[in-house]
Amino acid sequence: TQCLCATTGVEDEAATFQQEHRHTGRRRDNDREKKRKNERRRKRRASKAEEAGDELPERSEKTDKSRRRRAKTDQEPKTGVKEDGEQFKVKSEKAAKSRKDVKNEKNKKAEQEEAEAGERNAKGKKRRESAQKDEKEVKQEKVAVNKKAQKVKKKKHKEVVETSSEPETSEADGDEEDDEEKEVRPETLSAEELEMLKEAVDERKKLIQSLRGKPWPMKKKLVTLRESQKFVEKYEGALGKGKGRKFYAYKVMMTKKWMKFQRDFENFKTACIPWEMKIKEIESHFGSSVASYFIFLRWMYGINLILFGLTFGLVMVPEALMGRPYGSIPRKTVPRAEEASAMDFAVLWDFGGYAQYSVLFYGYYNNQRAVGWLKFRMPLSYFLVGVGTVAYSYMVVIRTMARNANESGVGDDNSFNFSWKMFTSWDYLIGNPETADNKFASITTSFKEAILEEQESHKDDNIHLTRFLRVLANFLVLCCLAGSGYLIYFVVRRSQKFAIDGLENHTWWERNEVNMVMSLLGMFCPMLFDVISALENYHPRVALQWQLGRIFALFLGNLYTFIIALMDEINLKRDEEKIVKFNISTWEAGLFNGTLWENSTAPPVTIQPADVPRGPCWETMVGQEFVRLIISDTMTTYITLLIGDFLRAVLVRFLNYCWCWDLEAGFPSYSEFDVSGNVLGLIFNQGMIWMGAFYAPCLPALNVLRLHVSMYLQCWAVMCCNVPQERVFKASGSNNFYMAMLLVILFLSTLPAIYTIVTIPPSFDCGPFSGKKRMFDVIQETLESDFPAWFSRVFSYASNPGLVLPFILLMVLAIYYLQSTSKSYREANVELKKKLQMQNEENKKKSKRAALKAQLDLEEARKAASQNTEQQKNNSGSLQDLEVDEEEKHCTSHRMRHGKNERDHPSPGGDKDHQPAATRAPVPRTYHHDVRGPPGYLPGFPRQSEPRMSRAPSLQRH
Amino acid sequence: MDYTNDPECKIPPALIVNMPELKENPFRNRIVESFSEDGQGNLSFNEFVDMFSVLSETAPRELKAIYAFKIYDYNVDNYLCKEDLEKTLNKLTKEELTPEEVELVCEKTIEEADLDGDNKLSFADFENMITRAPDFLSTFHIRI
Repeated sequence: TQCLCATTGVEDEAATFQQEHRHTGRRRDNDREKKRKNERRRKRRASKAEEAGDELPERSEKTDKSRRRRAKTDQEPKTGVKEDGEQFKVKSEKAAKSRKDVKNEKNKKAEQEEAEAGERNAKGKKRRESAQKDEKEVKQEKVAVNKKAQKVKKKKHKEVVETSSEPETSEADGDEEDDEEKEVRPETLSAEELEMLKEAVDERKKLIQSLRGKPWPMKKKLVTLRESQKFVEKYEGALGKGKGRKFYAYKVMMTKKWMKFQRDFENFKTACIPWEMKIKEIESHFGSSVASYFIFLRWMYGINLILFGLTFGLVMVPEALMGRPYGSIPRKTVPRAEEASAMDFAVLWDFGGYAQYSVLFYGYYNNQRAVGWLKFRMPLSYFLVGVGTVAYSYMVVIRTMARNANESGVGDDNSFNFSWKMFTSWDYLIGNPETADNKFASITTSFKEAILEEQESHKDDNIHLTRFLRVLANFLVLCCLAGSGYLIYFVVRRSQKFAIDGLENHTWWERNEVNMVMSLLGMFCPMLFDVISALENYHPRVALQWQLGRIFALFLGNLYTFIIALMDEINLKRDEEKIVKFNISTWEAGLFNGTLWENSTAPPVTIQPADVPRGPCWETMVGQEFVRLIISDTMTTYITLLIGDFLRAVLVRFLNYCWCWDLEAGFPSYSEFDVSGNVLGLIFNQGMIWMGAFYAPCLPALNVLRLHVSMYLQCWAVMCCNVPQERVFKASGSNNFYMAMLLVILFLSTLPAIYTIVTIPPSFDCGPFSGKKRMFDVIQETLESDFPAWFSRVFSYASNPGLVLPFILLMVLAIYYLQSTSKSYREANVELKKKLQMQNEENKKKSKRAALKAQLDLEEARKAASQNTEQQKNNSGSLQDLEVDEEEKHCTSHRMRHGKNERDHPSPGGDKDHQPAATRAPVPRTYHHDVRGPPGYLPGFPRQSEPRMSRAPSLQRH
Repeated sequence: MDYTNDPECKIPPALIVNMPELKENPFRNRIVESFSEDGQGNLSFNEFVDMFSVLSETAPRELKAIYAFKIYDYNVDNYLCKEDLEKTLNKLTKEELTPEEVELVCEKTIEEADLDGDNKLSFADFENMITRAPDFLSTFHIRI
């Protein structure tokens, strides 16, 4: 009412007056409730009536003071006289209505009275002495909680409000707690009240749980937490009666203990994650992309550990423990010719000699069907472990990929490109000046890139030149790839020649040529590609992908050249095998003939197993090659690390004192941690493991060792001699890229392994499958001898093409079906997302319009109301009071700026009310529901004492 | 600075922004200011704890969003207006973008995220944008 007639000149005065006025309304509201209670109490306890009546004015004055202080309008102290006048009016209104509550609330009322008295005394003293700011805040908060609680409960039950607000107010100050304790005797509470109490307790519990997510100051959180805990502790036991009560208390106690245990267990679990602290430390120095490499490494380590467990537990250990001991049969003995040098370090290092004739390699295993007293089916186990290794790897990789895709699939839209760059690109973890500098640089470049992309100013000044250069670059890269492929092929062929000649009469270089050449190529070709890619003038992100793709191709090419050369060698060995086989038969024939001729009664000739001629055993050869490759690869990695990183860092660091230019900033500088290269290396290493694991069961073990050492070595190297890379690419986005590469590698590496297993017959005198035509015959054999006859018959039916082909067809159909459904789901998802967004915007517009309308309505109503009676004015005042309350609390600063506007249009619900409320979240939000006005409300209407109740739902409608 | 005898003592911002966790952060002053009661960056112990609890890994996304908004709101008017964005951008890039580029980026940002069309970002806009950001949680935390 006042605001409309307020001119700019007397604005301040008017505002003060208005506030005061609203304030009156508010206070009356509160008083009204109290009066109601008082009245009821008076009826019950007639003897005390006079006393309470005397108390009343004084009390209302006190509460009035506190309210006023909260509203920050202390100018005009109220007198109790006026209150009294109002009291009776309200009383008569309310008395009839609330009578039915009386019975239920008998003891409640009594204790509330006590509580309030105590509170009053305590508050009065305390507050007058020290009206501290935070205390005030706490109070405000409590009021908010009260209101919230009320709102929820009033819908259900009138009384609930009383119960829930009663203990809370009593909790407000610790002083009166003692008084109350005496009053609350659970036995005296009715079932209904217990229910309410339980609800209140649950409310508090919820509050405790959600407390961490509340944007309050720590002090408030602490106070609220303590209070709520106290409350919960106090009343939890009161719930339930007799036996049930004890049980309830016990249950509560156990829940607490269980929760504590869970928390401890969580902590324990985090403490158990290996290298977690190391990785976190790196992450905070180098950002998340470097850390992602180490996480990948750890993941890989985990997989290898499981592979190792499989091969070690099911293949190596049974053979070593239960199989025939070393030296019992030819395949388990070092041949006579090699015996002299079998223990030399050079030979062992090459995995020849004793290493070759041990559980580490395929050839050592016996083809005995069952070993030991357990009747362990050794060959079957060997075969199944080989298959299981691959199957497990597939499963893990695909599952991880799916999970990653799930995670990244959520925030896939690019609609907030600039905003995200603006608000989330800085990594708050960064604590290292160099990293910070790089981050600044990379953010700047990313902004520039984005701007360029946005402007879409394809300044194709010379598209032909660019095209030509790109073609040239690709041509050069192809040449490089072909050259490296040929080099490897050439080297492998040469090494075969050397091998035929015998390794002893060649130098170390000639013996290790293949591995060295491969490692060197892997080291230098990427650099070459990097130089070449400068020609292309691609966008850095695209360039990085090209680079990764090329390196991938190089590695792959090298690997496959290696495999092809290996196949050649296998064929050679098999030819050799044929000759040996023939020789052996003649040798045996000669042996037996000789014994027969000489003396038929003489004891049979015992031949030392070392003397028995034997085949070349190509499987062991393949295994050896892979092991050597892994070893040399590991060595190269470590040595590059030591020289390229450590030595360089040392030189740069210490030579800098006596050098003519700044080494640290200038040319050599410190090396960066090359995430993509390292990840690629890791992936290829894993590929070799998968390829070779069948022929050398020791490979997973070796790899575990390697990864373990790598972890420590690289962690150390990164921390001590690397600088963060300049070209930062996001870890989250590229994760699945790596996984996809891993999957490709897995597929490509299982291909040759499966090919050899399926097509090449195993050697005749070594390995678990010797004597069989094909390795997988072991399955057939098991089926026939270890399973009942019907089973193998069923199996043979099931495996006939007539059944298998339809089955495959069915699977293809299922895949097709699933794929198309997932596609349609995705589309539906996108559609829904769009719709949601549309609706959001629509809602916003609508609510804005509604708010505007409400504002207009309100102003009109005010105009009308200004001509009305005093009472109506007061009623409308109560609404304004609420509003002022909120504004005063939360928009002080806001108000300073927009003060004028606010005073001109003190309408509830406008945009201005909305915004500050949102920034402060929950606390204001409760108000926000209250205040953002119902459009249809008119002050002239007869109103209830609690305006929030009737209004809360109206918000939900629009 | 005797905490045991005077638990209400406050640490000036100059000391806090120099701790290693914040030293490199371009928004360090804003962080400290938005967690302080007086807006000047003087932190009491409780406020200090508050700051690191919000920036901890386990703090929920909504809470982080609220304080992120406060941090980026330079002039404390509860809106991210163009000036705020310009300041943020200049801090992020060490002022290496030209004024035109800054202008463009700010405009694009507002255009993307502003849903109610008032040419500035309210908290609702900000929250809507930030809850979809894939990196917000992983970058908006400090480990101590």
